[in-house]
Order: sequence, then structure tokens, then C-alpha cells
Amino acid sequence: MASFKPTKIQIYPQLGAKVTQDTLYWKNYKAPVQVKEFGAITNIDFSPLAPHNYAVTASTRIHIYGPFSQEPVKTFTRFKDTAYSGRFRSDGQLLVAGCEDSVVRLFDVSGKVALRMFKGHTKAVHVADFTSDCYHILTCSDDYTCCLWDIPNSTELTKYKEHSDYIRCGATSKLNKDLFVTGSYDHTLKMFDARVQKSVMTMDHNHPVESVLFYPSEGLLVSAGGRYVKVWDLLKRGQPLVSLKNHHKTVTCLCLSGNGQRLLSASLDRHVKVYNTTNYKVVHSFDYTASILSLALAPEDESVVVGMTNGILSIKHRKTSEEKQGPTGQPRRQPVFRVFVKGRNCVPKQDDFLVSKSAKSHLAKYDKQLKRFNVSKALDTALEKNRKPEITVAVIKELDRRGTLKNALAGRDEQNLSQLVNFLIGNVVDPRFAPVLVTATEMILDIYKAVVGQSSVVDRQLVRLQELVEREIDYQQDLLEVLGMLDTLFASTLPRKEEVCREHAPVSYEISYFRGYP
Amino acid sequence: MVEHTGIRVVHRGGSKINFREPVITSDSRFLLCGSGESVKVYSTSTEECVHDLQGHTDLVTGVVLNPSNHLQAYSCSADGTVRLWDFTDGILIKTFIIRYHIFSIHVSEKHVGVLFVVVPMANEKGSELFQLVAVHLPRSGDPEVEVGELSAVLCDVSPNPGAVSFGTGGEYIAAAKGLQLEVFFFKKQKSYRFSLKSGMNKGINNSFTCISCHPKEDCIATGHADGKIRLWRNFNQKKEYTYSTLHWHHNAVNTLRFTPEGTNLLSGGIESVLVQWRYTQENQKDFLPRLGAAITHIAVSPDGSLFCTSHADNKITIILSSVKVSAIIQGLVKDDCVRTDLMIDPRSKALVLNGKPGHLQFYSLHRDKQLYNLDIVQQEYIHEQGVDQFQVVKAAFDTHGDWLATVEERRQKSSELEINLKLWSYDEQTQSFVLNTTVTAPHEDQITAMCFSPSPETTLLVTTSLDGHFKAWLLADHSDTEESASWSCDFVGGYHLLKPGCCCFSADGSLLAFGFQEVVTVWSPTSWELLTTLSQPPGAVRDLCFGRLSCSKYLLGTSTKNQLCCWNLLTCSLEWNTPMDVSLLQADPFSENMAAFCSQSGSTDLFVFKPSEPRPLFSKKALCTGKVERAIFAPRDQMLESSEEYSQWLNRSQLYFLTQHMDLMTFSTKTEEDRLLASSKQLMVDDSVAITPFYLLLGRHKQQQQEKQELLTNPLAERTPLPQGSIAIKELLDTPAHVLPSASFLCSMFVRSLLVSSSSARVEKEPAEEEMKSESEEVDSDGEADLFQPKQELWGSAAQDPVEESGAPVLTKAQERELRRVKKLDLSWLSSLLDC
Repeated sequence: MASFKPTKIQIYPQLGAKVTQDTLYWKNYKAPVQVKEFGAITNIDFSPLAPHNYAVTASTRIHIYGPFSQEPVKTFTRFKDTAYSGRFRSDGQLLVAGCEDSVVRLFDVSGKVALRMFKGHTKAVHVADFTSDCYHILTCSDDYTCCLWDIPNSTELTKYKEHSDYIRCGATSKLNKDLFVTGSYDHTLKMFDARVQKSVMTMDHNHPVESVLFYPSEGLLVSAGGRYVKVWDLLKRGQPLVSLKNHHKTVTCLCLSGNGQRLLSASLDRHVKVYNTTNYKVVHSFDYTASILSLALAPEDESVVVGMTNGILSIKHRKTSEEKQGPTGQPRRQPVFRVFVKGRNCVPKQDDFLVSKSAKSHLAKYDKQLKRFNVSKALDTALEKNRKPEITVAVIKELDRRGTLKNALAGRDEQNLSQLVNFLIGNVVDPRFAPVLVTATEMILDIYKAVVGQSSVVDRQLVRLQELVEREIDYQQDLLEVLGMLDTLFASTLPRKEEVCREHAPVSYEISYFRGYP
Repeated sequence: MVEHTGIRVVHRGGSKINFREPVITSDSRFLLCGSGESVKVYSTSTEECVHDLQGHTDLVTGVVLNPSNHLQAYSCSADGTVRLWDFTDGILIKTFIIRYHIFSIHVSEKHVGVLFVVVPMANEKGSELFQLVAVHLPRSGDPEVEVGELSAVLCDVSPNPGAVSFGTGGEYIAAAKGLQLEVFFFKKQKSYRFSLKSGMNKGINNSFTCISCHPKEDCIATGHADGKIRLWRNFNQKKEYTYSTLHWHHNAVNTLRFTPEGTNLLSGGIESVLVQWRYTQENQKDFLPRLGAAITHIAVSPDGSLFCTSHADNKITIILSSVKVSAIIQGLVKDDCVRTDLMIDPRSKALVLNGKPGHLQFYSLHRDKQLYNLDIVQQEYIHEQGVDQFQVVKAAFDTHGDWLATVEERRQKSSELEINLKLWSYDEQTQSFVLNTTVTAPHEDQITAMCFSPSPETTLLVTTSLDGHFKAWLLADHSDTEESASWSCDFVGGYHLLKPGCCCFSADGSLLAFGFQEVVTVWSPTSWELLTTLSQPPGAVRDLCFGRLSCSKYLLGTSTKNQLCCWNLLTCSLEWNTPMDVSLLQADPFSENMAAFCSQSGSTDLFVFKPSEPRPLFSKKALCTGKVERAIFAPRDQMLESSEEYSQWLNRSQLYFLTQHMDLMTFSTKTEEDRLLASSKQLMVDDSVAITPFYLLLGRHKQQQQEKQELLTNPLAERTPLPQGSIAIKELLDTPAHVLPSASFLCSMFVRSLLVSSSSARVEKEPAEEEMKSESEEVDSDGEADLFQPKQELWGSAAQDPVEESGAPVLTKAQERELRRVKKLDLSWLSSLLDC
């Protein structure tokens, strides 16, 4: 004797992004902490030293925040005009910043007054950075030049005048003290060697370059400009490797994750995208409230700091392992029948004769009613409030399969019927349920044809249902038209290769439901 | 073409066991049922087949126990004979030749030596009228007896054996047909007829379907097509008969049976619920629901402790009288047609086809036993006529048996087709298939063909459908996500909106051929590029088959317009074609051979050929009547070593096919038959024990162990007979127990006699010593304490002389004498006891 097989509730595929390891990793941050700055935040830089303070350049000041403080630990305010590019030296002791007034200032992190002032540029300096030997400073300016300065003497070492437009980004090599790269609004990236007087490599980005970034190995270079992020192979004389177009506005900032496996790009379109650096596919994406100008990741990805045009600094900290489990860390106590089930932990002894009791299977209420062939009751149970529509539809389908749907639908009073029609109004146009519910709707109309007009409630609902169906038919017709247009487009774009015809299955599949419906 | 005589077409299992009512023996240990041309004896406890009583040459149409000997059973068959069997030993005792097509058999305890059989009125097979005749069995010693006298009892009865029943110990016999019930009283030699009013004009079909008489009281229960059960009483007169009606079944009552004491009435029908009515308290009912399929027969054991029901799905359920299922005997389920093709499960080597509605059955060809049912649809089956059910229409295994794909289909009246494609993965732990992916509506129309790619790199499934497309399904691994692997559609293709009818992968999976009506298209499954088209009009392509091994450059196709074509894939041209109406083309997976079943003038011919050779390897004309639609090459578990050229194609695999009448047939060669004969001799075991696999295992093991031991202990002599035959022992056993010496004394003696005795030389020496000893004992009145002494001595002497061990344990003269002496001694001792 087989046991009753319960009604099968169909599982519909969930649309939307799949849960990957990456989404789990990048979602594992706490709610962002927001700090309001005075102006657009143009640069964020993390100190390489242990507490990993970070310098936030906004308007005419540079704030240094501690890893968990929302108030600045330190502030540098001695700028005459807008400050740019506040960056730490690799020992975390010095900080350099450019300024709209063309003067580059060098600060001691503990001090307040500038240690050195480098004057020589004629226009705003947007980039200032230390070379890897810590004794020189690279600056790039809107006067189309970039300079190398000696820190002890505060003298200009070399000036390169190769770009033909503003230089808005630059990066020094971490492995070689003489190498650095600049990106300019003249669409080019240039690589310089301090030992020679001119650039050693030029790459064409095709768009004004907003950001450049060395890979940790420094064999690859990433540049951002326009809507594109491009990767260049430096070991192959600057050959382009990939061009990524995942943003729909200018990409402003680039950043690598702590392990170098993921590349992050921030854009004016308010998104931060995370790329896999092996196949350059977007694996995750963050959404922010305003256009993003600057982005930085703390070492080990402990926090994501984003600066936006509206002056809001958003800081997301990684959840610690305790917080990850959250409120569900302790398993919720199920109601236990400890009081009633005696001898639960009794273990049979050696000579005991064990009488096995078959486990009683639990059936849902509608299944119990279906088992007893109480079809109307089963439908009532399935229509109860706050039941998932999947379950209701599955029961209707099961009744239809048994050939007793008509019996179950018939003989209902006003209240029952209006409940049923209400459910239909809610779900009949859902493509997942349409095939089943259209049959049921037809049956209801057939059964209750004679009593139309006797109840105002039901009549109103029926009119609503009619409107709904009419709208849906119009909609499907439009879709069919679009499909036809798409087909002609595809047919004309496909290379003429006979015989093969590819099908655009998902769309046509849904449309076929309503074909031929009155 | 030469006809070969060395290969025979034989029936191979899978016959119906639910054709007629089964019989439970009076000790409830065995169950007898007719199965095709034989009677099978099953053990009711282990469900194993104990005996296969073979002898009939046509369908067995009834089995009954011999009322005068409960260890014998009669069986009747359509071949016109009734045979008497000893079913415990599986021996045919007698054959009664009646020379009529017998439809059923009935016996009664009151009529000893008389059988009642139902035969057609005119002795033709097509006759519509049947009569019940009494057969007086002649008393003769011959194993084959011609039965002369037949006397008609009732004319115009139903051929259904359930419509005739004996009442109250054989006083009367009741038969029902149509709307009429006829009761014949043997004493009065008079019959009464009762008829019901036809309810046809009211839309009720109240004709009789079955009948059962109460064993103790005058009451007849009849079942009706409208689901009613009527209990007839007071029917020994024409006028004042009465009947009461019971109604639970909503469809025809298929079978009725009173329990032997008459306390309960069992009924069953299409609802597949066994209903137990209390006699005289009919409103109390017990139910045993969900038995799986419509109940066709109910049988009750003579002591009432067991019921059994046979079901429409070729199953017999054994039920305890407490209405609990205790065992299920399941045969091969054969619907009216096999919708899925015949397949071989690569793991278990079982034959796979659709079984019960919504199930796939795995059937062991070697053991003629259903292994298990796989529930594909996973829905409650509604036992009701006219309900559209999901049916498994297609199934396919991949090469290693890791994946199973099934298609189920339900065509509703006046609405669209529901199709589900399900993919099952093999679970090593549970040793069965587990559902992995369900695709609802994989195509917009019926799926015509489905196959897995045989290439080991990809798991790829291809389906073709009448909607003009084929789809390729790939196992997508979501290694980066949390979900497990699932299947998704990879490619949709078509060819000029033609409807694809068949598909076939080449043996290495590098090519894929589709039959689009008249055109064969060959694709590369890696790039989904159309490589070439082949066409040989007229006629749509029916079957496609790639050649294997040395013939892998050939593609064979059959068309509806009597064509068998062979294309060479290297030149993309037709190699040869012959005008043959091939209904089925099947490739042997282990060789280059192909089998083509050709239907010709109402019968089927078989050709086995290699695509590269012009002459067929084997051909057989008129294999069977009707078309052969399904066939399969099953691998042999043991390769045959037949050297004859004509039977070499059967060495590696065996060809099974299903005829139009759903008989599973196969080809057997001489060498195979010889081997079977040899193995059946080996299997001869003690008949009193049910032959379970467990027994076979242990029995053989024991036997081997014994042989080994024998070899070890006694390399020279064979086992010697035990000393039961000795006169002394007989004498000893004959003497009353109270005059014998104490048991411990005799025991030591007896044990000694069982020991492998020392050499005769030593035996010669022994008596003198022992006589002395015994004499000394005789003197001792309480000699019991010293009794062990001689024994110890004996042990000691045996230890001294281990080389001469080979003597026989027959009681030597000396021992006999000793025994006699013991008796003497004992008596004297007894007398001494009496004296004091």
C-alpha cells in the first residue's frame, strides 16, 4: 500500500542575480556610515601604517580619519584654494597634496604647517605622489607638464612637457623608483623613466584619462577614461589587453582589492563595479546615491570608502565573524515536546526487541482534504488568505488533473465566489500561473453565467477582470509586434547562412499563453 | 538467403501473472498462478518463485487445488488439457486430454472426481457462446488420459471465471451473464433463473460482473458494472427470492470473494481499494486503499489467514487477514503499448520501460523479476475511468547510467498538451535516481526523440519535437554559486521548419544526425554547425543509426516508403540502398551488427547484417505475426563462445523484441541452451525449502566447505557410513530405556564409535586389554568413577598412533562385542541392584 503522494507545488525559477561567492563577499559589509564634507571629495588615500587612517581630500582641506572614527583625527587646512590628491608616503609619515593655486605642499602627518612648498607649476596641480624611494615627489599639473621634485632640497629635478592637455592622473611604480605613468585629457597615457628625459611608452586611451593604476606585479596597467576601463600590457610595449564598458557615465576612479584578484571601478553613474581580474567579468556592483569621484579600499578590504560629488563620504566596514551570524546566530528554539515524549533518549539494550514505528508523514490541510476527495474544501483551504499563490495554483491544477475542478468551483455563495474572483484578478495575468488560471476562469464564467447581475460585488469584480484581460491582450499584442520587429532586425544583421534559425525562446513562450483567448 | 535452424525464438519471461485468479495452498505457504504457458509456484513469505510447472502448450486459463489432495493442483489451458501437478515437488502427475479450448476450471469438494470446465459451445476459438460442462475423470494409471464423457451442466455462461461459483459445499452452482443469474441445484437437477431489469435507459449499466457464494449459508453475492453489490437470498424458488444492495464502489465491481468462514465479503474494482464487508453487518467496512492498480481478482487461502489480490499492472499482493499488505509479487508491467522505447540500464543491466502509469520499471531479464519502479510523475494516481493521466513517453540513459532523462506527457481533451522533461541523477548512496531538474514545457509540441551524447567530455541531451525544433540541453555547473548543477537549454535549432522525427549520435559523439522528414541533417554538436544534408526521397526518415567500430563511417536510415539506405559519411554519398519495409532498425552497442525488422505481409522478418558487408549474417523469415515495434540488444553477462558463423552475432549480446501482442521474445542458441540445462541441474536443491538467493548462497557455500573438508581430512577414503546399521546399536536402541546403563557411560561409548578409529591392527590388540579392564570393573560395584579410564587409554593409544588413522568408523567386531558386553554387564549390575 503506497502512501498518499502530496500535491506537488511547482518551484518557479527565481529571476535575478545568482548568489555567488563574490556577492556573498561583497555583501558582507555593514550599513554605510556617512560623513558630510564641505565639497566634492576628490581623493581618498589609506595610510600604509597599522591603524590605517585615511586622508580625505575635499574642498580646501584634507581630513584624516581613523579606521572607526566618524570625526576627523586630524585636519590640514593651510590651503589657499581647493586641495587635490592628498597622499601618504609609503612609511606613513609624510603627506603630499596639490592645490588649485599650483603650489604643492608636503606635510608631516603629526604636524600642521607644511614642511616644504614646491612652487614651479603655473596651473592647478591635480596629482602629487611619492616615488618608491621616498625621496622624490611626482606632480602633474593642468599646465600640461609633470615634474619630479627632490624632497630634501625642494628643488625641481626634471620637467616633462610631452602632454598636450591637462594631466589629471598619474601613478608611480612601487617597484622601480624611476618609473611613473601619467594620464592626460589629450587621451594618452605616457610612461616616463626618470633616468631619461622623455617618455618611454605612449598608449592611446581614446578618451580623456581620469585614472591610472598599476597592477601589484606592474606588468599590467589599468586606465579609466570616458566610459571605458582599459587594461594594458606593459611587458608587450603597452599593448591593449581588454577594454571594459560597463558604466554608462565617465569612470572616475580605479582601485584593486586587497588580494589583487578584483578590480573596482567607480563612475559618475553612481555605481561601483567589481571585476574579476582573470576574465574581466563584472561579479558585483555597488549602488550609491550620488556620482562618485573617489574610491579606496582599506587593506584586506576591511572597509570601502567612497567620496561623492555632493560631499558625502560613505564608509562601509566589513562585518566581523560574530556579526555575520547576526540575530540568527543562536538556533531558534523549536517548540519541543519534551514533556510528552517520554524515553526520547532511550537507547535499545542488547537483547531488546525493537518494534519500529513508521514515521508518520505530515500532510498539509488541503492534501488531507484531497486525500478524502473533499474537493471543494480543499479549494477553500488553498484560497485562504496569506497562502502563497503557488500553492493555490498547484491545488487548482491538481483538481483539474483529477477532472473535478468544475465540482470544486461550483456551488459557491457570494462571499466565496468574490474571494475566488479576487484571487483570479490578482494572478490570472501572471505568466507563471496563466495556463492554469485561464482554464479556471473560463470554468467560473461558464458556471456562474446564469447568476451574473444578482450580486453587485461579484459584478464589479467581473468587470475588473474583464478590463484586466483586455489590457493584457493589448500588451501581448504590442509584445508580438516588438518581437516581429526584432526578428526582422536579427534576420538582417545575421550573416546570410542558410538553414540555421535560432529562436528567441523566452519571449515567444510567454506570448503563446494568451493567443486565442477571447 | 539461408534459414538457420540453430537459433530458436523463445519466450523470455515477463508473462502475465494476473490473467486468472491465483490460488493459495491450504498451508498458506505457496501461491499458485498461471503465467503464460506455465504455472508458477511462489512462496508467500519470500515472494520468490519456487517452481515453474511447465507442460502446457498454450495459455494457462485456470488453476485450482485438488479438493481430495491438498498437495496437488489442477491447471487447465487453452490447449485443451487439464493437468494434475504435485506443486511441492514440481512434478506433473497426470494429463487429461479434453480437446476443447478450456476457459476456466471449477471444482467442489462434494463432487470428487469431477471437474467443471467452461468450454465454447461449438469447438471453435471464435465462438461467442460458452457452456459449463462436468468432466468425469477416468480412473486410470496412465500419465495421459483421454477424457470421454462431458456432460453439460449450464448452457450460455460467461467465460469469465469469476462469474461462476459453487455454493454451500457444492450443493448448487451459480453463474451470471449479462443481466441474468442462473442457479443450478445438483440434488434437484433443476436450475432457476433470475434477471434484473435493464437500467440502460436510465444510463445505468447494472449487468453482472462477478459472483461469489457464501460457504455456509444460502446467500449469493453478485457484483455489478454500476458498482453495486447484491446479496441474493431465498433463491431456491422462482418467485420469492430477495436481494439487498450494497453500494460503495463507484465503478464496476471486478471481483468478489467470501472468506472461508463466511464472516467477511471482499470486493475490489478499478478504485484499487480492497473493501472488506462484514457479513450481516454490511455498514461496517474495512478498506485497504492505494493498492496501486485496479483489482482484477481476489483469492483467499483455505484457512482464511491470507488474502491475495491480483492487479491490472501484473501484480499479486498478499494481504494478511488483518488487512495489511505482507508481500508483493510483481511481474513485468505491460501496458497496451510501450511508449518509451526498450532500454538497458547501463548500471544494473536491467530492461527499462514504462510500467505502472507514471512509473518507469527496471526489470531483470536474467531473473525474470521486476527490480524496482521509479516514480517519474510523483503525483497521486487517481483510479478513475476517463481521467487524463500523465504518462511517461520517453526516457533515455547516458552511457554510464549517471543520468536519466524522462519525458512525461498529458494530453487533456480540448486543451493544450502538458509536457515535462525531467532529468535524474544517479545517487550512489541510495542506489537509485534522484530528480535533478524539471523543465516544464520544454517544447511546444510532442517530443519525438531524445538521446544523450555518448562523448565522455560533455553531458549533453538532445530532444526533437513536432514543433519543428530540436533543443540541446547542457548540464551547467554553477561552481561559483551555492546551487547544485542543473540542466539548461543550450541551443535551439531547426531546418526549414520541418518536423524532426528522430535523432542519433555517432558512437564517439562527434556527429549528430536528425531526420527532418525526408532530409537527414548532420550536425556537429560542439559548434552546432550544420555539416551536411543527405536525402533519399520519397518517404520520410523513420529511423537513423550510425555504424559502430569498423563501420563508423556509415549512417543508416530507414524511410516510410520501403527504403533502407546506407550513406558513407566520408564521401557524403549513398553507399547502397535496398527496398525493404523496415519497421525497426536497431544497432548492437557491442559490435558492428545491425538488426532490421521488416514487416512483410502481416509477419515480420529479421535481418542481422554489417553495414559494410553485402550478405546478412543472419536472417529469419516469419519471426512472428504482426509488426515488431520495439527491440533491444541486451549485453550478456557472460560471453558465449559459439563458433558457428550464423550464431556469432549473439555472442556478446542478446536481442530481445516485443511482438504485437506484447510478448517478450528472444533468440537462443544451442550453446546457450546447453549451458542453461547444466545450470538448472546445479540448482536442484532440497525442494522443501524455498529457494531464496540467500539459501542458494549459503547452500552452495556449505557444500563447497564440505567438499573442502573432505579433501583435507580424508584424502584417501570417501566418507564412511555412520554406524547406524550395526546390529549392536539396533539392539541397544531396542532395549527399554530404564534397563540401560547411565547415559554418560553410553555417551562416551557412542562418541568413541564416531571417532575415526585407529587401524585394524590396533583394534586387534585392543580387546584383550579392554576385556581385562572390564572384568576388573565388573568386580567393582561402583565402577562409574573408573569408567573414564578405558576411554582415556583409548585416547592415549590414538595419540600414540596417529599415522594409522584411516580406519573406518564402522563398529568393529571388538566394539560390537564390547557393547554386548556392556549390556550384559549392565543387566547384571541391575540385578545386583535389585538384590540389595
